[in-house]
Parts: sequence; C-alpha cells; structure tokens
Amino acid sequence: MPAPYAIMAEFETPADILQAAERVRENGYRHWDVFTPFPIHGMDSAMGIKNSIVGWFSFIGGCTGYTTGMLMIFFMNDVSYPIVIGGKPMFSPFGAFPPSYELTILFGAFGALLGMLFLNRLPRLHHPLLKNGRFAKVSYDRFFVVIESSDPKYSEKETRRLLETIGSKHIELVEE
Amino acid sequence: MSDQAVINVKAPPVELERVPLVSNQRGLGWVTDRIAGVIEGETPAWWKISFAISGTMMTVCFVMILYLMSTGVGIWGLQHPVMWGYAIINFVWWIGIGHAGTLISAILFLLRQKWRTSINRAAEAMTIFAVMCAGIFPLIHIGRIWFGWWLFPIPNSYSIWPQFRSPLMWDVFAVSTYFTVSVLFWYMGLIPDLAVMRDRAKTKIRKFSYGFFALGWTGSNRHWSNYEKAYLILAGLSTPLVLSVHSIVSLDFSVSQLPGWHTTIFPPYFVAGAVYSGFGMVLTLLIPLRRMLHLEDIITVRHVELMCKVTLGVGSIVGYAYAMEFFIAWYSGNPYERFLFLRNRAADPFIIGPLFHVPPAPYWWGFWTMVICNVVVPQFFWFKKWRTRMLRVFVLSILVNVGMWFERFVIVITSLHREFIPSNWGYYAPTWVDILQFLGTFGLFFTFFLLFIRYVPLIAIAEVKGVTPQADPHHPLGGAKLGGHH
Repeated sequence: MPAPYAIMAEFETPADILQAAERVRENGYRHWDVFTPFPIHGMDSAMGIKNSIVGWFSFIGGCTGYTTGMLMIFFMNDVSYPIVIGGKPMFSPFGAFPPSYELTILFGAFGALLGMLFLNRLPRLHHPLLKNGRFAKVSYDRFFVVIESSDPKYSEKETRRLLETIGSKHIELVEE
Repeated sequence: MSDQAVINVKAPPVELERVPLVSNQRGLGWVTDRIAGVIEGETPAWWKISFAISGTMMTVCFVMILYLMSTGVGIWGLQHPVMWGYAIINFVWWIGIGHAGTLISAILFLLRQKWRTSINRAAEAMTIFAVMCAGIFPLIHIGRIWFGWWLFPIPNSYSIWPQFRSPLMWDVFAVSTYFTVSVLFWYMGLIPDLAVMRDRAKTKIRKFSYGFFALGWTGSNRHWSNYEKAYLILAGLSTPLVLSVHSIVSLDFSVSQLPGWHTTIFPPYFVAGAVYSGFGMVLTLLIPLRRMLHLEDIITVRHVELMCKVTLGVGSIVGYAYAMEFFIAWYSGNPYERFLFLRNRAADPFIIGPLFHVPPAPYWWGFWTMVICNVVVPQFFWFKKWRTRMLRVFVLSILVNVGMWFERFVIVITSLHREFIPSNWGYYAPTWVDILQFLGTFGLFFTFFLLFIRYVPLIAIAEVKGVTPQADPHHPLGGAKLGGHH
C-alpha cells in the first residue's frame, strides 16, 4: 500500500471541530486543515489563519479599471477621433467618470473572484479527499480535521492517538 | 454561594424573542436534503406546464425581434414626437426589477441582515435574468441590430470610437458591468452549493457537471477564509454599483432639457423605484415557490414580512419623490413644468381636472394607475394582517410591478407627447408588435427562471446552514457544553 495522503478525523458539531482545531494547532502541526459545510465563526483564529489578502487583488483590479477607463476615453475622444459636440471639451474627467467608475467595479470584482480562486489554488478537479466516500459528508452535516502525511510531525500512531483523545468517533487514512 | 457575585442573565421576554430564520429547529442535514431535494426529484407537472407556456412566449419574443430586424422600427408605435416608446419603458422596468436582487445580496449582507440567506440566491438569479430582458431593448431599438457593436469600444477599420459625452454610453458600461458583476457574485455564491450537489449526485453526468462548476471545492477552512473575504468585497463593490446603475439610467433622462425629465431628484428617485419594483418581483416569485416546493420552513412568514417592510419603506420614498416633483414644478415657477405636471399627468376628468379648470390629461389613467399602485398599495404593509397573508401579499406585489411599469410609461410618454410647442404635439399608442415584444420578454425571463429552479440550488444551502443555531459553536445545539470552553 502506498503512503497515505493524510489522516482524516470526523466530528459532529461545530463546537467539537473548533476545539479540535485548537488542539491540533497547539500540538504544532502545520500541513493540516479543517473542512466544514459552512464557514464557522472563530475558526480562523482557532487555526491561526491570518487575514486573507484577497483584498489586494481587488484593489489592484479596481485601480487598473479606473485608469483603463480614463485613458481609454481620453485616447478615443481626444486623440484618435476628436469630434466637437455641443462645444464641449474633447475630454472632461466628469463625463469620463461614470464609465471609469463602472470599470473600477468591474475589474475590482474580477480581482476579488480570481484572487480568491488563485489563493485557494482552484479550480482543482482532482483531490485525494474528493475520492473518499466518507468525506462527501463534508457538504452535508459533518466536520473533518485532515492532517497531511507530509507534515513534519506526522506519525500514523501519534497523530491518530491525538485525534482520538480530542474526541473524534471516526478516523481513517486517506489514500493519495 | 452567598459571598460569590451572582451573574443573573435573564433570557429576553417571550414577546421580544426573535422568530428563528429556519422554522421547526431543522438540522443541517435537513436543510441540505430539503433544498437539494428540489432539484433531485421528478420534474413536477406544474413545472412542465409552466415551461411550455414560457417557452412559447419566449419564442414570441424572438419572432418579434426577427420581424423587427427584417422590417424596421416602423412596426412599433413610435411616431413623432414620441420617439422613445415601449423599448425604453421596458428597459428601465426590467433593469429596475434586477435591483432588488443586488440589494438583497449585497446591501443586506453589509448590513448583517441574516434573513437574506434564504432569498438571496433566487433574487440574484432574478437580477441576472431581468438584466438580460432589459438588455434586449436598447439593442433592438437601434433598428439596425447588426450595428449594435458600435456601442462598444471595439477597434474598427474606420477608426471611429464611441462618444463618451453621451449618457447613453455611460449606460452601456453601467448595464454591462452590472450584468457581469451580478453573474460573478451569483456564481461565487454558488460554488459551495454546487459542491453539495456534486457530493450527492447519483448519476455520472450530474456528478461531472456539478463537479465541473464547483471547481473542486472541498470546504477547506483555509479556502473559506479567502472566500468569505472575497464575498465581502464583492458585496462592497456591488453596493455602489447597484446605486450607480439606475442613477445612470436616470441620467439618460435628466441630462436632457425636457420638462418632466430635467430633474435633479431623478437618480435617488429611480434607485428607490427600482428597489421597490424589484422587491415586488421577488415577492411575486417566492410566494408561490415556497409553497409549491414546500420551502415554508426556510422562506418563512417572517421573511415575507420583512420583504413587505422593505417594500413599504422604499415605496414611501417613491411616493415622497412624486410629491417632491410636483412641489418643485410649482415652486420653480416654470410654466412648462407646471403645464406638464398638471395638464399632461395629474388632470383627471373627475376631480383634479375640474378643480383646476383644465381639460383631462390624455394619459391621466396611466398617471393615476401609477399613483394608486406605488403610493397607496405599499401603505397596506403597515398592517401585520396584510404582511402575513400570502395571497394578499402576492396580489399587492403584482400591483407594485404594474405601478412601476406605469411610472416609466408616465415619465417617457407624458413628457414627450406634449412639450414646448403645441404644433409639435402628438399621441402615442403601442402596436401589437410592441405588446407582444414586451410579453415575449416575460417568456424569456420565466424560461430562464424555471431552468434555474430545476437545475441549480435555489436557496444558498451553505449560507442557510450558517445562520441556524446548529452552526453556532457557542450554542448548545451547535455542541457547546454548558459554560463553554472559551
């Protein structure tokens, strides 16, 4: 049998999984994660996850959008195809503002979504956990702690014992 | 015990306790089964019948477009001086309907209104399909549809560019951004629920197609962390977006010099009207759906009641805006403004006309339909009896949308048909093509909406789970021990 991908422990309530996450973290594991059907309030601090940086992707997207809008309109109406309409200036930041504003939001939104996917390394259509029959309950009503075998502290016996003492009723190895 | 300080926390009195968002203490599994079950069972007969009807109407929509393309805009009722008719009315009406979806998904999210979770998915879908229906009209009203790409800044061999001093170009950017961002927001909310459908799928096709669009979502908390932040940002971006879209739509009118259009109140007035009509449509859609799909425990009476309250609030803003338009028309002293509001709109043959000794306005019936539906109807929602009886709410919600359609009719037609010079006056009436084109877009809307409720989870499963007490690690139902470990 090849080396397993990870060890997986099942929990039944949000309170249990929150406590389990704290214990796993206290024990110094690093390549591990918690899987839940919905985001659990307080889990980020229990796991020690820092504030997400996805906002920067959105911010850069928004700045790009605004600049694109202003430069595009300036180029089109003042440089490439200037035409006098009602004696108005060829380029005015006020008239150019609404489309640029919309592009700010458009690019910012793409930044947020694509930034989120990039940070999560998605799309990923194959994952060892997705092959596991028991794990499918993660989208139903179960909560899982998964400690990867690549973790420096991982040992099949010790890790399993830790997960048992935390109170998991079902522990199994996940194949690669 | 006696020397120990006793902290006595009393539960709130019964009458102050909040009605739970999911009735009957349903568990996490039940929520999943109930919502996913909607799209897993046999296709119900009512769905097939509705789909056949809406599909036929959608065909009518496309046939009318074909007729228009082959013949020209002369088949519509457009006549000098009313050169903006049904197309612009329907465009504004449909796009306004979309606004409630974004309000529910974005603004209520920022305001931490947890009740939105039961209705946001369907409302966002409504937004997307309504914007699709709206987008048809500006595209076809140019007559020569094959030149539609001129609206977009596409490099071409003539080196001609769109002219960005026109608010119509702003509209192109506002509406296309609105559509795109609404789709992104909707799809992002769908990712965890598509994973639910993937994990439950019984057939290979379902597993593959839901799995493909779920992008390999596992429910990892490291993913949730980025996901929640991105969701918050999208809500933060959609909020100024939705306010800007109908503001820019209103600028199409208000930057012109026409009495009845040239008003500074238009942007906020249009946004309030849009949200008002959108909530009307959400109620029209969800009241039958919650019953037919047995979702009464998730879309509860409390949800309907809260939506009625929002409708009352924005409806009253709309009523205030109407009053303010009249006041300013009088207060400005501008004879054209006064003429328009009295003789083109308000003067009915029975009370106002005789009172001011003026002949009835040609479209007085349109104006008064608007006032009754948009000013009087929402006032019924002051009363709990009217907010909690589903049939009454349903009827009123339809009247809301009738009223909002007439509002756009009044703004467009009554302002255009008799303006400065009497020799320039006319009367507008739609043709059968106008009417069938409008009805056809209902077919388009409902076809997409029916497909949506059949193939996509119509309630945000992960989000509804998140607002149940079972999801709260500090609640006894969420597994918290007495005293807690924190």
